[in-house]
Amino acid sequence: MAVYKRTYHGYDGPLTDGRWRFLVLPRYTFEEMRKNKKLFNFFMASFAWPVIAMFLIYLNHNASLLRLFKLTSSQVLNIDSRFFLMFLGIQSMLGFFIAAFAGPSLIAPDLANNALPLYLARPFSRTEYVLGKAAVLIIMLSMMTWVPGLILFLLESNLSGMNWMWINIRVVAGIFFGAWVWILVLTSMCLAFSAWVRWKHLGSVAIFASFFAAAAFGNASNLILNTHWGSLLDISHSVGTIWIWLFDEDLHSGAGAVFFSVSRTGVTPTWACAGALIALCAFCMYMLNKKIRGTEVVQ
Amino acid sequence: MIQLDDLVVRLGDREILKKLNISLSAKTIGLLGPNGAGKSTLINTLLGFHEPASGTARVFGLDIRSHARRIRSMIGYMPENESHIAGLSGVRMVRLMAELAGLPPDHALERTHEAFFYVGMGEARYRDVGTYSLGMKQLVKLAQAIVHGPKLLFLDEPTNGLDPPARLRMLQLIQEMRATGDMHIILSSHLLRDVEDCCDQVLILKDGRVAASCNLEEERRANRNFLELETRGGGVMFVEGIENMGCDAAWSGNGRVKLVLPEGLEVRRIFELAEQQSVQIRRFSHKRDSLEDIFLKAMEEKPKEVAIGRL
Repeated sequence: MAVYKRTYHGYDGPLTDGRWRFLVLPRYTFEEMRKNKKLFNFFMASFAWPVIAMFLIYLNHNASLLRLFKLTSSQVLNIDSRFFLMFLGIQSMLGFFIAAFAGPSLIAPDLANNALPLYLARPFSRTEYVLGKAAVLIIMLSMMTWVPGLILFLLESNLSGMNWMWINIRVVAGIFFGAWVWILVLTSMCLAFSAWVRWKHLGSVAIFASFFAAAAFGNASNLILNTHWGSLLDISHSVGTIWIWLFDEDLHSGAGAVFFSVSRTGVTPTWACAGALIALCAFCMYMLNKKIRGTEVVQ
Repeated sequence: MIQLDDLVVRLGDREILKKLNISLSAKTIGLLGPNGAGKSTLINTLLGFHEPASGTARVFGLDIRSHARRIRSMIGYMPENESHIAGLSGVRMVRLMAELAGLPPDHALERTHEAFFYVGMGEARYRDVGTYSLGMKQLVKLAQAIVHGPKLLFLDEPTNGLDPPARLRMLQLIQEMRATGDMHIILSSHLLRDVEDCCDQVLILKDGRVAASCNLEEERRANRNFLELETRGGGVMFVEGIENMGCDAAWSGNGRVKLVLPEGLEVRRIFELAEQQSVQIRRFSHKRDSLEDIFLKAMEEKPKEVAIGRL
């Protein structure tokens, strides 16, 4: 209809598939995020390590380049499960910074500006809203973690041969599920903080604080009570423990890089760490459920 | 269109809507009531924001419990409070809302511009919504409510905070939508004049109960036949003359006559009779039982379980 015809009329055109409608939210959010230069540049910079790792893998298998640099294959890099665990650790740590800065601005502005009735008065449920907002972080963190991780694995498999691939096939599960554990925990926390802390800068501080304060409290509990169960409060420790199980690593110390390293003395069972993370995610979902409503009921 | 059967809604321990029983079918329905009467709760319940504690509510024959999503696809909602999506321009916000209602991106953009053009918003649509004046924000809220072509539109206090010209413009838009579209409108407002100007049916809530419901169109039609005369020189003979024409008439002293004109009888005949009997008609008025009268009557009466029909 021509725009000059100023009468109201209904819509009888095609409709999109309701199952994937939540993806409208990340599309709009990414377009807005692109305007944030600092965040965009940091996100792009986070691909530096995958590119370097890719180059190192290539170098490892290129005899002429090795000769050029007067190196042997073993001197460059030993590509094994530990390498991928380290890779996942570094990328996940960078993902934490991205999530801590981008996460709090996902829901907080909608609550501050009373936008939820606008979203939820449409054929769009609360679950879809949360899923749409979570998809922003899930997509970003996936692009930083398991997607480049699997690309590197495929590259190494291609260069080393099928034999190497079958020997290290467990790494695929380690990269994929290990990254998803971290992505789900981080996304749940960021969304919960975004829903409850309306000032986004404070939200970022709260996310950092929750990680470090909980870890410090857990370690203090271990020392005072002479136990190791306090480590369950340390989110990175729990994630690191699960990663080690997923990668079938027998090394504890140093595995998982900086954030996710598990101390040799910390022998918290994997099931307990998984339980702690599930409880954390469930608590975050409960907090989200309390806040994400079409209308706020003042008690 | 909307059918409420013993609808009870509780928020916390408080019962907000108490066994509402009513059927609303007019094209434009006014929702009236004092603060805390349950107007917004009723709208929010129909939108699926509140779960009914008991009873049922149906919109276009669909139960709000089991078909909430389908119902919401047919509804447009303009909330009472200031609502917008931070950081987006007017166009992007309304387009996002259209896409969430299921329109493909290109259709959504086209409809967005049509909606903006319709509500009378020009280049400002490209500005950040956060920078808009209150009146512009109301227009954006209206645009997002109609962009997907709903069959039922909830307008919660649409003229709140608007200056007189903007208020008039908003009322004109509502009247235009009523006249041109096939859309039903539910207008919740404190301003009786707004409801009177725009609505065919009115539902008055008080303390979570239906205090009154009436068809304004029927009311207006009835008022047109009800006359009050103030005469000089008139008396019983004049009243008898009026009755002989087929009117129901009553002499109330001091020259005042109340009468109901039957269908087909023109008012001119009353003046002719007065001329024949040398009666001066000093004042002549249609009885006007305004919405304000109806509302005040409803507020005076004790809330009833159900009070449907003419007042």
